[in-house]
Amino acid sequence: MRWIRQGWISETSAGRVRSIRIPFLLLFAVLVVSGAAPEKHLSVYSTAANYSLPIVQRDGRDYIGLLELLDPLGTVNAKFETPRWRLHYNNILGDFTVGQTHARIQGRDTDLSGKFLIENGRGLVPLASLNALLPRFLGGPTTLHQDSARLFIGGIATHFTASVLPDDPSHLVFHFTSPVNPSVASEPGRLHLTFSREPVTAPASPTLTFGSRTIPSATYSENNGAAEITVSTTIPLMASFSNDGRTITLAPAKSQGATTQGAATPIAATPIAAAPPAASPPQSNQPDQSPAARSSLYSRRYFAVIDASHGGADRGEALSATLAEKDITVAFARRLRQELESRGISTLVLRDSDANLSLDDRAFFVNTAHAAVYVALHAASSGQGVRLYTALLPYASTDDLGPFRSWTTAQSSSIALSQAAAASVAAELRKQQVAVRILTAPLRPLNNIVTTAIAVEVAPPGSDLSPLTSPDYQQLIASAVANGIAAIRSQLGAAP
Amino acid sequence: MIPRHFFIAVSVLLLAVLGMSLYAWHMRGRAAATPVASSDTRPVVAPVAGPTERVTLFVAYDDLGVLHAQTAQIPLPSVRQQRAEELLRALLALYLDKSSPHPLPRGSDIRSVYLVDPGLAVIDVNAAFADGHRSGVLAEELTVASLIQTLSANIPGILKVKILVEGKQRDTLAGHADLSDFFDVSAVNQLASQLQSSQ
Repeated sequence: MRWIRQGWISETSAGRVRSIRIPFLLLFAVLVVSGAAPEKHLSVYSTAANYSLPIVQRDGRDYIGLLELLDPLGTVNAKFETPRWRLHYNNILGDFTVGQTHARIQGRDTDLSGKFLIENGRGLVPLASLNALLPRFLGGPTTLHQDSARLFIGGIATHFTASVLPDDPSHLVFHFTSPVNPSVASEPGRLHLTFSREPVTAPASPTLTFGSRTIPSATYSENNGAAEITVSTTIPLMASFSNDGRTITLAPAKSQGATTQGAATPIAATPIAAAPPAASPPQSNQPDQSPAARSSLYSRRYFAVIDASHGGADRGEALSATLAEKDITVAFARRLRQELESRGISTLVLRDSDANLSLDDRAFFVNTAHAAVYVALHAASSGQGVRLYTALLPYASTDDLGPFRSWTTAQSSSIALSQAAAASVAAELRKQQVAVRILTAPLRPLNNIVTTAIAVEVAPPGSDLSPLTSPDYQQLIASAVANGIAAIRSQLGAAP
Repeated sequence: MIPRHFFIAVSVLLLAVLGMSLYAWHMRGRAAATPVASSDTRPVVAPVAGPTERVTLFVAYDDLGVLHAQTAQIPLPSVRQQRAEELLRALLALYLDKSSPHPLPRGSDIRSVYLVDPGLAVIDVNAAFADGHRSGVLAEELTVASLIQTLSANIPGILKVKILVEGKQRDTLAGHADLSDFFDVSAVNQLASQLQSSQ
């Protein structure tokens, strides 16, 4: 022990110090281990692969390796020549400069919202930049849930509904739009379903109430790359899977025995052995990279694209001091997606978070998705009921040239179908006694959309604004709009 | 023991702070008493005199979300461009009135109307008009339709209309109505007829 020999402390006292030091070291080790924050990671969901990547913190920001992120999705390579880092994804070139907050993707300037970093040849970009960066590489929409580190590429999402059985309120049934295999854990009064590999997305309201004394509510939350449904209960519950993993039923555990003491006892909840095989590719960074899987990334055709208007800094109309139009449109979009998908209509929601997309980007995504119908959602405080809009055409026209369409009058060829769709939706709304008007409007991006396109502006039924946030009113409108689209589905299917 | 000179310096500084505070308070009171309308450059009275003419104004009504044609007698100059400006100012006067059926923000004004042959009208509104305009598809659409329909109904030969804000192009009026392109007057005519009825 060099420091003892150097006379910093006497040999006799060294043994005493050592004996004191050992418990301190043990205590320190315990504190370090128990206090260590869990490693942050980003969960990525796409039709080609689901995987997770570590998030690193630099300068107080979350960063992610861009090459590692794109690698499972396509052919990617990168070259670093100080200070520039060039990344090729398929045929798209990204040009990054160390320390710069902007990058050039295909010659277009893109804001990174933080400095680009290089570490050991790895190009690191701020996590917050992915919503702006990835659509440039992938050519389709991405949705980043930044707080929970979940990234959805394309329109991939697993939605769910939850309800108690009408004849037995002690049974709670979850229906998912695709197979799931959550981990199930319990604690007194709660049961947790954690989805780390599945792109489970939030219901219209994060808290679901069931009016059951035994299972009063469930809440949805997201954290560190996973989604979690927490079920509040007063009795021990057991989970069972059916319908190829699309249905989870929570029912009272049969062998409660002496432990049946309500919420004070641990809940005997375990996934039954008949749980489905993993519904998604492995969580590790080894996705299914078969050509078929990769090519399906954007070849998937959505019948409907729903556009929750506004978002981000664009709040839309300030409906009240605390209520912004952008929040109402997202809530309506999620409900409408559920309603459409429950009618077998595959649906993409363009904006499922607080991100903003430019009007040009919205039109670009819709046109490249080759959807049969586009529905833009707006909300307003003035007027009553619902107003349906089709594009105001023609603008001062630039004639279409052969196979090319004028951007400002791209809607021309579909305007008749758009008016038919608006009429169909209006008929369904009137059946529900909802006041409705059909108008044309100079409302972008309706005129830039090639396919059938309508905008729905939802106003409250009276002077009171509260119905705009009411689940019942939202459900009424969403259901009627979905009925209207479903009714004209055969006509829309033939749209370009 | 606090040195004497330090005590004097601190006292002087405190007095200075107190004096500045009182002066700032006084100036604040003066600023509040100054009429805000001093920044409102909109003419209070039409700057034209002479014989009045009967015109048709397309007036928006927010309560029913409709556009109604109504006649008015206003003095109009003989020059076509000035006629267009006065026509739209007369329309705005309705909207800026206390009992406005479609309130526009205070200070809203038409800066200029340019008539460019063949058939193009450029309406240049001021920043107050667009910055304070209520947001909403119908609310903005009513304003746009009202301006264009009033202009085209009273000034013959207008086929296209462009709306600028402070001389510059703006994407939307208040987040919805698209101002990035030219409006085709025939299409706005159809829209105006849709807006005649609240059904």
